[in-house]
Amino acid sequence: MITREPTYSDAAGNAWVGVWRAAVLELGSIGRAGSMTAQSLVMLPLLLATRRSRRELARQLYITGIKSLALITIVGMFTGMILGLQVGLELRRYNQELYIGSAVMVSLLREMGPFMTGIILAACVGSSMAAQIGTMTVNDEIAALEIMSISPVRFLMAPRMAAMVLMTPILSFYTCVLGVIGGGIVGLTQLNVPWAQYINMAMDVAHLRDLYVGLFKALVFGIVVTSVSCYEGFTTTQGAVGVGQATRRSVIVSILLILVLGYIITRLFYDL
Amino acid sequence: MIRFKQVTKRLGGRNVLDDLSFEIKKGEIFIIVGPSGTGKSVTLKHMVRLLTPTSGSVWIDDTEISAANGGELDRVRERFGYLFQGGALLGWISVADNIALPLREKTKVSEEEIAQRVADALRMVGLENDGDKFPSEISGGMQKRAGLARAIVRRPEIVLYDEPTSGLDPVTARTIDRLIKRLNEELGITSVVVTHDLQGALLSADRIAMLNGGRFVEVSEPKTFVASDQPEVRGFLDAQFISKKGLAGM
Ligand SMILES: Nc1ncnc2c1ncn2[C@@H]1O[C@H](COP(=O)(O)OP(=O)(O)OP(=O)(O)O)[C@@H](O)[C@H]1O
Ligand SMILES: [Mg+2]
Repeated sequence: MITREPTYSDAAGNAWVGVWRAAVLELGSIGRAGSMTAQSLVMLPLLLATRRSRRELARQLYITGIKSLALITIVGMFTGMILGLQVGLELRRYNQELYIGSAVMVSLLREMGPFMTGIILAACVGSSMAAQIGTMTVNDEIAALEIMSISPVRFLMAPRMAAMVLMTPILSFYTCVLGVIGGGIVGLTQLNVPWAQYINMAMDVAHLRDLYVGLFKALVFGIVVTSVSCYEGFTTTQGAVGVGQATRRSVIVSILLILVLGYIITRLFYDL
Repeated sequence: MIRFKQVTKRLGGRNVLDDLSFEIKKGEIFIIVGPSGTGKSVTLKHMVRLLTPTSGSVWIDDTEISAANGGELDRVRERFGYLFQGGALLGWISVADNIALPLREKTKVSEEEIAQRVADALRMVGLENDGDKFPSEISGGMQKRAGLARAIVRRPEIVLYDEPTSGLDPVTARTIDRLIKRLNEELGITSVVVTHDLQGALLSADRIAMLNGGRFVEVSEPKTFVASDQPEVRGFLDAQFISKKGLAGM
């Protein structure tokens, strides 16, 4: 069963028992969330099997990709502009502002592109996933699916997972491109760096490896956001209040995991 | 057919079901009544393992559903239709698609036959003109009837109804009562009905059970039920102006 059965135990005798129980519960949740994630990833090819599931996938792609496009455009642009400005001001002190192209490109490709994409998807796509699935849970809709032997993981989570897995790398790349443009605009208008020179410098340091690592990071973030949001949704209890809590927790946990995993992946791929 | 063996369920710090044992026979209409919040919905949910007993076991024929998993659980659940208290329709597809869902997802029935069966089911619950609407565009009572149509569209052996008539006008409520009775008589569907509406219950039930304090304080045929001297039962009957003689037409 995917919905959470209320786990109740009598009040803990002392604080340590309480902490121990909380830890056991938490480990259990991580286990279940992990197994749901694995299941939904394994099911991805099935999504192409029937017309209805292909249509559902298209709908999710639209929700994930197109609906967050405007926000991602603005955020990507401004991230690049801020980077360009901050780095540019610093470099100008040494008359090196020509190099802002490299600085903007490297930080976007390696870190800021995937990071910003992940945060935005957690805030706008993940939260609505958690709210929608959470509402379905408290309205017994998930239970109804289970009784009909329709797996909620296959029916609800897999299409969302597929959409995220396909979209995050694309959106992350898009953020990088817009960020580089944004940095270029700042360079051109505020630091008098000619466009051609800016692009030259930027492309000079744009290594494929950085791009791949960045896109891989984005992919991981997409999986994390979907898993956390769907898990929070499926385990919602206590009506409307519970839906609110599930939504809030999905955003918080996603963002924390994005930060921590972002660091770990960087650490793995870039040895000092 | 459905057997509870000493089922205890602990929820929110108290035993909602407390050592509950009973059996529902094949082909009967078994009605569960009781005050709000005593665990009627919880009892139904145990029959399809949406909840698992804290202790004790639930059996569907020879399968212990309270311990079943995976394919075995799916096979048992396929024998059930379940009408949830709130209807539990999916919000982003139309009423007709909701009803077609179990057929499309779990059977190989052709689209024409699905359309036919969905139309039949809609007509049975009086929603023949509302198939194209979305659940949010119809009233709560209509959602419940659509949920009923979805529960029976696969022609299950056992249907669990959680308050099928609450929130309906008296005329529609009687139509639903008659529908439950008809499904039972014509197709031999075993029915478990949770309700507050004793008038309807007395007319259609084979047996009525009153749940209170985690146990059935009375399980009997309608005639015996109205004559019961249990204080909880009497209180319930008095509140609905039903005397020891019962209703006309019983
Ligand atoms: N998931 C849960 N967590 C904690 N307590 C629960 C849960 N589900 C039910 N309960 C408790 O179990 C009791 C019985 O609930 P149930 O929904 O079965 O009542 P009911 O008899 O169906 O009432 P109604 O007629 O209002 O539908 C309630 O007191 C409720 O507080
Ligand atoms: Mg109930």
